[in-house]
Amino acid sequence: MPNYTFTVNGREVTVDAPADLPALWALRDKLGVTGPKYGCGIDVCKACTSHIDGKAFNPCVTPVADLEGHDVTTIEGLADGDNLHPVQEAWLEQDVAQCGYCQPGQIMAAVALLRRTKNPTDAEIDEIENVCRCGTYFRIREAIKSAAAKM
Amino acid sequence: MATPTTDRPASGRHQAAPTRLRDQLVGRRKFLTYLVAGSTLTVATKLGIDAFAPGEATAFPTPSLPQPADIQDLGDVLILAGRPTEGLLFTVEILENGRVRVALPRMEVGQGLTTAVAMLVAEELDLPLDAVDMPLAPARPELMFNQLTGGSNSIRSVYGPVRAAAAAARSRLRGAAADRWGLPADGLRTEGGRVHADDGRSLGYGELTALAARLPMADLVVRAKSPSEFTLVGTSQRRVDAREMVTGSFKYTLDLDIKGATPAMVRRPPTINGTVKKVNNLDKVRAMPGVLDVAVIKTGVAVVAETFGQALDAKDALDVTWGPGPIDDLSDEDIRKELRQATIPFIPPVTLPGQHEFEFDWAFLPHAPMETNSAVADVRDDGADIWAGMKSPIVAQQQIAKELGLPQKSVTCHVVQSGGSFGRRLFWDGPLEAARISQATGRVIKLMWTRTDDMRHGRARPAAHHRYRVTAAAGTVLRMEHHTAFVETDWTHGLGEILTATSAGLPGGNFGFAQTVFLLTVKSPYNFGVVEQILNEVPLNMHTGAWRSVYSVSSRGTEEIVVDELAAMMDQDPYEFRRSFLKSDAQRAVLDKVAEEGDWGRSMDDMCAQGIAFHEEYGSRTAVLVELDASDPEDPRVTKAVIAGDYGLPINPRGLKAQLLGGLTDAISVTLRAGLHIEKGLPLEGSYSHFHYARQKDSPTDVQIFILPGDGEPGGAGELGLPAATGAIANAYARATGKKPRSFPIHFPVDFDPFPR
Repeated sequence: MPNYTFTVNGREVTVDAPADLPALWALRDKLGVTGPKYGCGIDVCKACTSHIDGKAFNPCVTPVADLEGHDVTTIEGLADGDNLHPVQEAWLEQDVAQCGYCQPGQIMAAVALLRRTKNPTDAEIDEIENVCRCGTYFRIREAIKSAAAKM
Repeated sequence: MATPTTDRPASGRHQAAPTRLRDQLVGRRKFLTYLVAGSTLTVATKLGIDAFAPGEATAFPTPSLPQPADIQDLGDVLILAGRPTEGLLFTVEILENGRVRVALPRMEVGQGLTTAVAMLVAEELDLPLDAVDMPLAPARPELMFNQLTGGSNSIRSVYGPVRAAAAAARSRLRGAAADRWGLPADGLRTEGGRVHADDGRSLGYGELTALAARLPMADLVVRAKSPSEFTLVGTSQRRVDAREMVTGSFKYTLDLDIKGATPAMVRRPPTINGTVKKVNNLDKVRAMPGVLDVAVIKTGVAVVAETFGQALDAKDALDVTWGPGPIDDLSDEDIRKELRQATIPFIPPVTLPGQHEFEFDWAFLPHAPMETNSAVADVRDDGADIWAGMKSPIVAQQQIAKELGLPQKSVTCHVVQSGGSFGRRLFWDGPLEAARISQATGRVIKLMWTRTDDMRHGRARPAAHHRYRVTAAAGTVLRMEHHTAFVETDWTHGLGEILTATSAGLPGGNFGFAQTVFLLTVKSPYNFGVVEQILNEVPLNMHTGAWRSVYSVSSRGTEEIVVDELAAMMDQDPYEFRRSFLKSDAQRAVLDKVAEEGDWGRSMDDMCAQGIAFHEEYGSRTAVLVELDASDPEDPRVTKAVIAGDYGLPINPRGLKAQLLGGLTDAISVTLRAGLHIEKGLPLEGSYSHFHYARQKDSPTDVQIFILPGDGEPGGAGELGLPAATGAIANAYARATGKKPRSFPIHFPVDFDPFPR
């Protein structure tokens, strides 16, 4: 099987995997990076949302071969050591998580949004499609606004 | 809670309690009895009929007798069933580092139990909340009927026992400090995880724990705090597990690092409960990259592979000849027809003047938690370990042991916190399937269901038909008849152990269980004269189960629509009408709160409207006011929600608000767009692109939630939020569009291309 080399959360890794193996399974099953979650496998629920070169992507539909030479950041790589990212801090402040399963993806989507626009409108927040089956959407909205105000 | 006031300390070894104090001492056993007695008594005295509503309303209620769920609800029955073992529920461990560990014999699925119960422990022990560790207990068969997470019953059932256990620990620690210092325990106080003497000396719990464990304390006095002494309970606390969740370090079942655990997936039949006849390309699939094993099991064909990606490919490549399932010919239309026929007719069947009839249909609804059905199983010749989210782990352990041919005690069921449940994890089909694959392949198995399988072969809230007939005359309601038929809800988890599970599994047993749950949960909160509510069930061999709020979402949600339509017939404002017909001031208090905070009756734009509704269940009550914008009638949006909740004694207001927010989002989904279509024995929906659970764009941008202060005992919280929100949304929709909703979800086209079977 071919090898693919890329960085995950600042650490260079090499994965021995079929080219079309979805990156989600390279991360979870081969590298033990379990922050990104399986929720649908078809880029619908967005629970696996992570970043490639700083932009949101969904590893469940991205072949591992596409990661070659790129920088991947998962939820585990968002904080700077013990110092949480302002979006993570806002999530704690608003006590967003219920079951928590979708929250890594929600947070990564929110960070990507705040990189695109510093003060997102309600309409821009509405564009985040990540499913939260516990229905925490309003707290997510409040957390994004709170993080935007502080960043 | 009544009398206990100051915390009477344990006497140290050298200080027997003075005789005059002994009469006041409350031993743990008595304390528990007292609490349970208090719980029953409280429920009883809260009920009955208060005076009619004061105010200016001109409709006159006709008093109703209490219904079964008024006198004793499902939660009370679960508490009673658990009563013989409640003294065993909690063991409080004080570690030498000063931390406190208490295993929780309930399951955390996002409802915030590990936070709220840890608050109760920290309160009684005068500890900071973050000094309490609360792992989930594995299956503990000695608890019998007392390890089931459901019926909004967790806080209600552990409130007394966990405080008693923590208060006992505190008394022992004080006794130990008294002994060490040679002081009377009376004068010692506890604060910040330490015992303090008036002279300034103090000892940490960790320093005292060894002594406290070995000192004989025959005169141990245990007195839990009264709510008036609470300093932590009743304040808003954040979730204790939130940091792990936002950093991605929180471990769900499939994130656990269990030695040798190998990914497995199952190819399932094209119809529910279909069977495997023959695998036609076994060798070819076995030779696929990464594939380690293929095995036919009861529910399909299992593939074990190096990664889930490879297991998924191999599963899809399987060519299987399938046998039929038991409902292959059934589609929604047939089921709806059967439900209508099964609804017991009204007597007399003719509608008289002054009588109004209403009919409603509700679709199937998957639980669809974000984390699909998953489990890890390590089955060996002499025993097994299973890791999964299990809300009834004792019966899971019993049934898995039976299936594997192992003694029950050789099977350990580790309960893992899950990514949602909503009732789904009352069933152990995932853990059982993982155990079967592990036994068949001789490997440690990490089983994951695909999203599509989770929606199509998982469980669902049964479809239902509701018929109401209301007899109204001269500004009052004399009678309300509510006859309903549901596709049978599977209650074979019983009360969480094999005795009641077996009886629910006997012919007619499930129907009896269903009747009991229906009677213990569904009731009208209004003085509608003679109220009659009757459930019938249509047994279909498919996978159903209790879904958050079970019978109440559709029963009470639709009754709230009936209430609005009755108000209109009597030319009454919906809010004032409810005020008049509700039975108690406590009920009116939540309704008044949302009417006031939500500015009920304010003028709205065209195609926009407010809606209001009320619900009471499990000793708690709530009212919801929503604003809905239907300017796109195909895609109405709830733009604002104002919610009030009264839980008796609120433990963690922030957590209760989270539950109400979740209930609101669930209600938006199930009322407007989310359900399952059944066609020829299989749901059509295969993912969230088909099953329209709300997204951010469907969620209101303004939500205000108020938790009313209160005392007494805590009421149920997990399910309360849905029925009133459902009613309020449907009522707002009706007022905005002029259309009376009768079939739910309201917008329910097949607006997608179903995945292949």
